[in-house]
Amino acid sequence: MSQELLINLSIVILLLPLFGFALLIFFGKKLPRQGDWLETMMISSALVLALIVLFQKLTLYHDATLMLNFTWVDFHNVPGIGPLKIVLGISVDNLAAIMMVVVTLISAIVHWFSIGYMHGDVRYSRYFAFLGFFSFSMLLIVLANNLLLLYVGWELVGISSYLLIGHWYEKKSASDAAIKAFIVNRIGDIGFFIGIMILFATFHTFGLEEIFDGIQGGRLPFGSEAWLTAAGVLIFCGAVGKSAQFPLHVWLPDAMEGPTPVSALIHAATMVAAGIYLVARTFPIMTADALTIIAYIGAITAFIAATIAIAQNDIKRVLAYSTVSQLGYMIMAFGVGAYTAGFFHLVTHAMFKAGLFLGSGSVIYAMHNALHHQQDHHTDAQDIRNMGGLRTKMPVTFWTFTIYALAISGVPLTSGFLSKDEILAGTLAFGGLTGHTVIPIIGFLVAGLTAFYMFRLVILTFMGDHKDAQRLEHIHESPKIMTVPLIVLAVLCFFIFYSFNPFGATSGWIARAVERPDSVVPASVAAAPTETFEEVLHDSHGTAMVLSLLLAGVGIFIAFATYYWKRINADRIAGSLSPIHNFLINKWYFDDVYNGIVVGGTLAWTRLMRWFDDTIIDGIVNGSGSITKVTSSVSGKFDSIVIDGLVNLTAYLSGFGGLILRKSQTGKVQTYIVFVVMSVMVFYFVFRLV
Amino acid sequence: MESFLSEFVPWLLSVKLAHFLIVSAILFSLGIYGIVTRRNAILVLMGIELVLNAANINFIAFSRYGGVNLDGQAAAIFVIILAASEAAIALAIVLNIYHRFQTVNIDDVSNLKE
Amino acid sequence: MELFDVVFYVFAFITVVSAFIVVFSRNIIYAAFSLLFTFFGVAGLYVLLNADFLAVTQILIYVGGILVLLLFGVMLTSNVINVDIKTGTIQTVPALVLVAIVAGSLSGLFYSTWKDVSAPETSVVTTTPALGKMLMTTYLLPFEIASVVLLVALIGATFIARRST
Repeated sequence: MSQELLINLSIVILLLPLFGFALLIFFGKKLPRQGDWLETMMISSALVLALIVLFQKLTLYHDATLMLNFTWVDFHNVPGIGPLKIVLGISVDNLAAIMMVVVTLISAIVHWFSIGYMHGDVRYSRYFAFLGFFSFSMLLIVLANNLLLLYVGWELVGISSYLLIGHWYEKKSASDAAIKAFIVNRIGDIGFFIGIMILFATFHTFGLEEIFDGIQGGRLPFGSEAWLTAAGVLIFCGAVGKSAQFPLHVWLPDAMEGPTPVSALIHAATMVAAGIYLVARTFPIMTADALTIIAYIGAITAFIAATIAIAQNDIKRVLAYSTVSQLGYMIMAFGVGAYTAGFFHLVTHAMFKAGLFLGSGSVIYAMHNALHHQQDHHTDAQDIRNMGGLRTKMPVTFWTFTIYALAISGVPLTSGFLSKDEILAGTLAFGGLTGHTVIPIIGFLVAGLTAFYMFRLVILTFMGDHKDAQRLEHIHESPKIMTVPLIVLAVLCFFIFYSFNPFGATSGWIARAVERPDSVVPASVAAAPTETFEEVLHDSHGTAMVLSLLLAGVGIFIAFATYYWKRINADRIAGSLSPIHNFLINKWYFDDVYNGIVVGGTLAWTRLMRWFDDTIIDGIVNGSGSITKVTSSVSGKFDSIVIDGLVNLTAYLSGFGGLILRKSQTGKVQTYIVFVVMSVMVFYFVFRLV
Repeated sequence: MESFLSEFVPWLLSVKLAHFLIVSAILFSLGIYGIVTRRNAILVLMGIELVLNAANINFIAFSRYGGVNLDGQAAAIFVIILAASEAAIALAIVLNIYHRFQTVNIDDVSNLKE
Repeated sequence: MELFDVVFYVFAFITVVSAFIVVFSRNIIYAAFSLLFTFFGVAGLYVLLNADFLAVTQILIYVGGILVLLLFGVMLTSNVINVDIKTGTIQTVPALVLVAIVAGSLSGLFYSTWKDVSAPETSVVTTTPALGKMLMTTYLLPFEIASVVLLVALIGATFIARRST
């Protein structure tokens, strides 16, 4: 296939879901089955096309970048800038081709799963329409080769996530969560926007390639390296918002109020991956300082979220914090320079985290039906303390869920093991090169914590005994339309799809296809070059593998010891460490602090303003009031005699004038037009003569 | 007077920019007269159309005579577009007035007064 | 006096005379039909001014659209069967004076300022492609806004003309 054909196919992939959206939003309710098949067909064919594009790209044009540009606006000569053109375009490199397959794959699986999960929903067709719209926006981000188009896709993703989180907007918590997600994202977006504008002000283009070339050619934003770092960090702010990094991670757990398949699509595999993808795209302009900041933000996020995940009891919230933690991992990977590993983890994580969410969706679906059958409306269908022993009743869900948990914990033979190992080796190399040893320590700690809380979840949900034997009778495996997607994702969690060597991904096709791009920043502020990094990386592979295996093993073992064999009493530990436990249950008090500072601050300010109004303004008003009272009584006398006389005279005069002028106010528009034309003529002659 | 006529008569016979402009001036004045004097709202609308046509002639004449570019014609297109929408809206309003007052004589519809 | 001048006077005559009938005729139907001739005359002037596309547009939109709309207005609001579809006029005399002043001063202004401006040579044969390109490039934004205006007018007209129940 020729390059033109491939790029045209990419455009078709981009537009298919949008087309489905347009049809569904207008005719959804009139179509048979409310049109779910339409959008599912669209995204499934997009998946097939994306696979074709990826295959052709990797075999025929492995090192080429396919581009398609067009001039959006041509401002010709702008004073002070010179010729200015805004060129938009899309490009398909290996990164984008892989990402395109990931997005369409997860999206297609979520569509299929949703057919079962959302069955009978009030806004069924609108749900599918928004899923399609979301897929379109996400693909736009993936394909854009310039910051402007990327930003457009970025905001469209924001709005479609708002619509999907708030799908059940009758529930106050859902609409609140949607608004919170939107506003918190907006904070990050402002930074992103300023970053774009800093680059645009210097290079007068939004094209990433042009900006890279400009920086490489020695032009820096406003001529200073500090501004370059600032631009990098500000663009990263966008990623902080969208990928739910500390300190803007608070929206993601709340976003779990949306339907579970949405959580799988948006909050596990694609939208939150947009931030990671952005960092990958803009990686060449990141200076060493910016990368260090990125690495620390990632590490802090990974650690905070992992600790919170241990103490949560809502199945989806555990997964949400696990997502935040894994996203922190990826960000950290980019920060330390392990570019390929970060992106690789993004791909593998998309598979098993989407699977985990869909699996939890299957569990919630079953629990919900069972509770409904018992006419029990008080028990929380998402609380793992109400579950247990589901293994025998839902074998498919159980086995697939366990495979995902093994993958996320980094057990050998799974995809997670490969990517996680790469990241940890990267952090070790970074620690060795720069002396920031905190980063690898946190990395390994989080690996152990992840294994622990994932198996806590598996054991509490599927093993042991159910709390209510009667309820267990009513629990059934989910229908085929939901279990088949789970099996597909579980199969994709095995190493074989990513690398033929189960203990190293460096020879796998992803590692070969996605190579770390060369930095374009001046050498004095650049991070360690790729060759140096690779050398150190090579030595730390063995250590990283042994350590991560050990920690994952320990984590899983402690989980079994605590929750399965009950050798360790979890409640007693929680009791003796109650300050820490409370701290974790309350999610490090982030929400409360934000509430206190932002909401409380606003309230305090308004109270201050009110006090100011009450005492000072009112005081002035009252004071002047009483002064006026005195003067007015004096002038009252004067008024009634002298002024009233004058006023009456004026009133009489104006009444008389009014009587005359009233004739001109006919209420007829035509008379007014005559006056208008007359006055125009008067003006004309006046100016003529003068 | 003599010299004016000796200049004016040959001028009349060879058409230049001012000829078009004067036709448009006459059309404009007639339009204004129609707007101002007619009682029937629809005839007032016809007057408005005349005024708009006069403006269009000016646009196109200047576009032809003032250097050959098409900006004036583009402006004329927008005037036509606006005239079309104006006519639609105005007719709708006239129909509405007719339903309410059973007349389209606009001096009977002077509720604006007081 | 060349052919161009003759044709100009023919069209100018048609335009001005029919415009007089529009404004002075007491019969509303006569007025509406002579407006048709005014539009044709103006379209002829457009042709003389090298504006072929606009001439066609003028006929299509004014005659085909606006005039028909006006006739509908006449039919819907006048009792056609009744012989009395003549309409009155108001404030004729002051309006006549005023309008005479306007016409006189405008014509004087035009004559004194532009009397010697003659047409520059042009090789433009047809303006349609150039106009189309302009509308899609230079005037893209006004063009889009105009389309929105038309849509709003459409909806608004439907809404207003609806008989309120």
